[in-house]
Amino acid sequence: MAMLDSTARGLFLTELVKGLALTFSYMFKPRVTLNYPFEKGPISPRFRGEHALRRYPNGEERCIACKLCEAVCPALAITIEAEPREDGSRRTTRYDIDMTKCIYCGLCQEACPVDAIVEGPNFEFAAETREELFYNKEKLLANGDRWEAQLAANIAADAPYR
Amino acid sequence: MGTTVENQIKPFTMNFGPQHPAAHGVLRLVLEMDGEIVERADPHIGLLHRGTEKLIEYKTYIQALPYFDRLDYVSPMCMEHTFVLAVEKLLGISAPQRAQYIRVLYAEITRILNHLLNITTFGLDVGAITPSLWGFEEREKLMEFYERVSGARLHANYFRAGGVHQDLPAGLADDIWEYMETFPRFLDDLENLLTENRIFKQRTVDIGVVSADDALAWGFTGPMLRGSNVAWDLRKAQPYDRYDEFEFDVPVGLTGDCYARYLVRMEEMRQSALIVRQALEKLRVTPGPVKVNDRKIAPPPRGEMKRSMEALIHHFKLYTEGYHVPAGETYTATESPKGEFGVYLVADGTNRPYRCKIRPTGFSHLQAMEFMSKGHMLADSVAIIGSMDIVFGEIDR
Repeated sequence: MAMLDSTARGLFLTELVKGLALTFSYMFKPRVTLNYPFEKGPISPRFRGEHALRRYPNGEERCIACKLCEAVCPALAITIEAEPREDGSRRTTRYDIDMTKCIYCGLCQEACPVDAIVEGPNFEFAAETREELFYNKEKLLANGDRWEAQLAANIAADAPYR
Repeated sequence: MGTTVENQIKPFTMNFGPQHPAAHGVLRLVLEMDGEIVERADPHIGLLHRGTEKLIEYKTYIQALPYFDRLDYVSPMCMEHTFVLAVEKLLGISAPQRAQYIRVLYAEITRILNHLLNITTFGLDVGAITPSLWGFEEREKLMEFYERVSGARLHANYFRAGGVHQDLPAGLADDIWEYMETFPRFLDDLENLLTENRIFKQRTVDIGVVSADDALAWGFTGPMLRGSNVAWDLRKAQPYDRYDEFEFDVPVGLTGDCYARYLVRMEEMRQSALIVRQALEKLRVTPGPVKVNDRKIAPPPRGEMKRSMEALIHHFKLYTEGYHVPAGETYTATESPKGEFGVYLVADGTNRPYRCKIRPTGFSHLQAMEFMSKGHMLADSVAIIGSMDIVFGEIDR
């Protein structure tokens, strides 16, 4: 009986027909692909994308050049130089991130005591040359200004867990 | 007096990879072929060597963690799991209950991620395209769970010595639960395409047969060993992180061929889905901290760091110097999706490991390539590589 059964299945291509019917039924399921540049997948407040240096609402930069991010960075991607400003406050004179070295582990934003360096929601910063990925302080602050609304919202959303 | 002249024909030597789509990464296989029969298969490795072990000797324990994600980049959190457990063993601490459940939860999600990629690309190697299209959709959903908890879809950097980085965000547990309700149905569909399919069976049944004794002798672990009918699973044999509280079965294959290994992985995904649901049930009734309450090891909460001078000092010390691990050595192994993944860690009392030897899973599987593919056809060696589930991130380190 078992032999008859297997012969019948072999003869009538049962499993192949079943598989084809299944793939055919998938044709009528809703589309799951995204039309990428126009549609994007959801990302959570914890997403770790392109870096940004944030400012306080009064326009003062947050970074106090404590160099914790530089110390904790496993890939040694961050370089900071600092000296006192004219008003006596300690600020960075140089804040570089080599985005080609960065491994996006998130340790810099974890370490930052003033939420100055953050990894923002932007993941579309591909460039055509290496040089464009050596970010300096101006570029990072510009990122911060550009994404501030979303960065602040993300930090507020994640605050209970930090 | 007639003489017969025998001509010895030199076998045809062929390079398989490193740029071959079925080589699963950067495997360079030098094959000596007698017609279409493989006479000798010599895997050349090292094309993805990044010096991780040496690199870790120059990183603090906190900094070393992200490099583990990059070993087996198909199952990142399971790699972290081993390192974290090794460090915890040397520190003499254990993570809080909730953190351990979260780790089990994510280790099992990782197992599903890994097996989904392996089975579907294995199907692709032997001629089935549809499974990989469907599998990647499911992987996408699972990686979203990764992203919501850790901020990264792959290189999570989420498990930490003494717990996990952050608690699950609100709503995530419900979404995982909901997903796991539908996941077995997807597996049924996947099985419908592969398990009984005659083309798939012709390509896998009786290919690369390994007996139980051979599997043990070659140092196989994980689904490779279980496919050869040896019920060995570190989650059962030496439970870590409360795996002893979970109910699950260890599937074994009877024939030891590529098909048996496929079946084992398939069943393991179902078992993982069960473990995930048990973990979510346990998490629901286990509130509490997700990292140890030791400021020398785990950073203080953000709010406390802002208010308390002592917490701020701890914060600064942790992120610059890291924590010091007392001198000692440990070999800690976990059941990663591919098999036993071990970390042999030697600490000398400083904030950096003295030595960190990584026992990759795929290495011992790949060394059996010659033994498994000898006498098979060229196309079968592709099926064998596919069923081995090798990833070069961990083999080359």
